[in-house]
Amino acid sequence: MPDVNDVDEPTESRGRTAILVLGCPQVPVQTSIALYLIHRLKKAGITPVVAGNRSAVTLLVVADPARQYLGEALDLDRAIDQITGKKRDFDLCFVFIHNDAGISYAATMGAISKAALYTVIYGEHYDSIAASIDFPCGKIAAKAVHNPMPLKKMLDEVAPWGA
Amino acid sequence: MGCIESLPYEIILRGSSFRECRDYIYEHYPEHRDVPPGFKIFDTHIIGVPPIAIGFDGDYVIFPFTKPCHGTFLLRIQNREEAARLRALPVKPSR
Repeated sequence: MPDVNDVDEPTESRGRTAILVLGCPQVPVQTSIALYLIHRLKKAGITPVVAGNRSAVTLLVVADPARQYLGEALDLDRAIDQITGKKRDFDLCFVFIHNDAGISYAATMGAISKAALYTVIYGEHYDSIAASIDFPCGKIAAKAVHNPMPLKKMLDEVAPWGA
Repeated sequence: MGCIESLPYEIILRGSSFRECRDYIYEHYPEHRDVPPGFKIFDTHIIGVPPIAIGFDGDYVIFPFTKPCHGTFLLRIQNREEAARLRALPVKPSR
């Protein structure tokens, strides 16, 4: 079993950076869309950093064993501690949301980080979740549970890596 | 968030929403404060949609605790020093 701590190396970057805040990995599309977003960000010259709980990060580590896409990954609580402590921040922030906890994490990132905030909303109840978000952020939302294509399409339309 | 999980806590609400926790505190705890997301309680950054309400009941602190896979819990922990520190926060004049 890969150890999440093995990939916990700070990213040295002089360019633009992004943090992907992963939610509970119980909805299959999260890992797929996260890897796709990492790919698009890197292609645009933006360094992505992933933050999540152990399961969410381990899913990425196992899916990308040669580390073609995944760079720095760290524990979600540690990322929040670093940002709150002003030790680091990012230019872009993507929070993956399919439940109420995801909304709480997005609001928290919006409050503690100066990053441009995007919410990536999916799952069966994506529309009610999107409607309940009333703090400033870009919303990328689609009904996607097993099939990532509707969410990929929305992501491509917004193309936040080009903003 | 090992600090809170290692403390003796009582769960008041389980798997609830941030809004349910906020409303519960406003309704049941006349003495409360609002704090911003990321504010530290028991050395842990609190996650939530502002305003995040925390309540007091004697030496007990009542506050929301969010985990990605389990939603938000409303917890009750007895700690005189932390209650005193949080009580010293300014009270917002209106909500």
